[in-house]
Amino acid sequence: MAVSNFSTKDLVSGGIFVVAGAYFALEALNYEVGTPFRMGPGFMPLFLGSVLAGLGLAVAASGWKKPDTEERLTPSWRGIVLIIGVVIFFGATIRGLGFVPVVLVSSFVAALSSRLNSPLFSILLAITLTVMCTLIFVVGLGMSVPWFGPWLGM
Amino acid sequence: MDIIASLGLGFSVALDPMNILYCFIGVLLGTLVGVLPGIGPTATIAMLLPITFSLSPAGALIMLAGIYYGAQYGGSTTAILINLPGESSSAVTAIDGYQMAKQGRAGPALATAALGSFFAGTVGTLLLAFFAPPLARAALNFGAPEYFALIVLGLLVSIALAHGSILKALAMIVLGLLLGMVGQDIYTGQPRFTFGIRELYSGLNFVSVAVGIFGVAEILRNLENEKGRDVMVKAVKNLWLTKDDFKRIAAPVVRGTVLGSVLGILPGGGHILASFASYSAEKRLSKHPEEFGHGAIEGVAGPESANNAAAQTSFIPLMTLGIPAHPVMALMVGAFILQGITPGPNVINDQPALFWGIIASMWIGNVMLVLLNLPLIGLWVKMLSIPYRALFPAIVLFACIGCYSINQNIYDVYAIGFFGVVGYVLMRFGCEPAPLLLGFVLGPLLEEHLRRAMIISRGDPTVFITRPISATLLGLAVLAVVIAVLPSIRKKRKEVFVEED
Repeated sequence: MAVSNFSTKDLVSGGIFVVAGAYFALEALNYEVGTPFRMGPGFMPLFLGSVLAGLGLAVAASGWKKPDTEERLTPSWRGIVLIIGVVIFFGATIRGLGFVPVVLVSSFVAALSSRLNSPLFSILLAITLTVMCTLIFVVGLGMSVPWFGPWLGM
Repeated sequence: MDIIASLGLGFSVALDPMNILYCFIGVLLGTLVGVLPGIGPTATIAMLLPITFSLSPAGALIMLAGIYYGAQYGGSTTAILINLPGESSSAVTAIDGYQMAKQGRAGPALATAALGSFFAGTVGTLLLAFFAPPLARAALNFGAPEYFALIVLGLLVSIALAHGSILKALAMIVLGLLLGMVGQDIYTGQPRFTFGIRELYSGLNFVSVAVGIFGVAEILRNLENEKGRDVMVKAVKNLWLTKDDFKRIAAPVVRGTVLGSVLGILPGGGHILASFASYSAEKRLSKHPEEFGHGAIEGVAGPESANNAAAQTSFIPLMTLGIPAHPVMALMVGAFILQGITPGPNVINDQPALFWGIIASMWIGNVMLVLLNLPLIGLWVKMLSIPYRALFPAIVLFACIGCYSINQNIYDVYAIGFFGVVGYVLMRFGCEPAPLLLGFVLGPLLEEHLRRAMIISRGDPTVFITRPISATLLGLAVLAVVIAVLPSIRKKRKEVFVEED
């Protein structure tokens, strides 16, 4: 992945900015741009998107002749997949399954995303967290969400 | 208005037994959550915001303010004890505080932080009391061009001393501004960048963005390296300061307070800027600059005071102009609005009891903070001995539950995941997340005021330089960038940041 003579960090982050800027600017063309006097909804995003793309190029260029020296750690794919999975699971099922089952499953899976946690420890942690969260958020703070949701026939 | 009478009114509100209780709960909760590794004031307030919904406006805001400085203080505690700052401004405290802790001087470091914070908090509160009303009156003269100039100043000042590369900080701000434009256009109602999802019409939820980009991204980064993140400082002995220590911290505390008070007023990361500025000032003024980075007590005293003074004075733009100086203040704006109050120049006249009550409660909160924290340092250390592997699942869950409970909107939960990944990727490639969040908060305001100013001036952009206040503010903004780009200052920036690793 290392391009000689270039900082990978700057190259990649610059690239991200260019892509994001281009997306916002191009999408903004679908909206009315207007004039400086009466700016339409597309004016600011078009302008800022172009600026962002320009800045991205500058960031990438600033990495020239500054190759990365420090060694980076490999990302924990297991952590990323499980944690993001938990967030999506939580959003997708909180209405259907209800608070208790969702929190129980979520905390169990989230705990598993660390290699240091054994399944038994994760189960114990999940039960503790579920009791704690239910007491704090549902009982204590009166959050309006059912303990068990409609999908479970309750 | 007579300050004494106003403060009297304020104290009568703040000393109401219920409000004292709310203030205490706020400070306690803020400290408890803030002391958790990796959770700073932003995430703490975001999570605890729903608690205050059912309270009276004064009670809710007093409690939130308590949570804010409680969390601020709690964040410094973790920075000192385990070198894990809960937010960017306590990163500076970690430099020397952690070194002190490693040398077995965690007690004096924590005590310095507490005392410095208390002094700075007291001064900051007084300044707020004296200068908020005139500033509020001046704010009534502010039109769209002035607001626009002020926001530009805030954004640009935040780059001037931000971490690392200026270009990247600038790009992150612009990205934040763009993300702030997701949702319906304020003037035409046209939905923008929503992918046709109705739930996005009202824009991205700030709490989701903040929790994702700070909380979840931080967890993903910590999972990279699972060893070596245990409590390494077990014994906190010798809590109190020696006479020599007192002598050494007096001047840095005063200087830090002055710097923090001034910079805290600026919208846009003033408090972050304050602690960095104070650290480099102390290093330059010290007779023993070589001690910095190796446990110099001045390196804790100055930035901590600056940080807390700025925390108090950053309420000035919020309460007088309705402009959030930084992400936490943006959450406070949300809290005001939820209570049916529009923060801005009119609060002081329409709701004097609320306005002065909050100010008075800030001082009471600071007293409580010192009383609470000095004896409890031993307990904080025990709490920190919870291993990280048990802590982070709790953080993920609190984030999801907290965001969902605000609007019962599941897209707010998905946004946490999305911004968690975005924040993680950007952090990996050397971009600081703080400027993005600032841009996100100020983006809609920037667009609104720019468009309004252009309509008023009939499309003439010179309006920004022909009106004196806006011209001055824009001039300061340009100056801030020039100073940031000047090579000599750049060298100083490097000196400050090198020691952080």
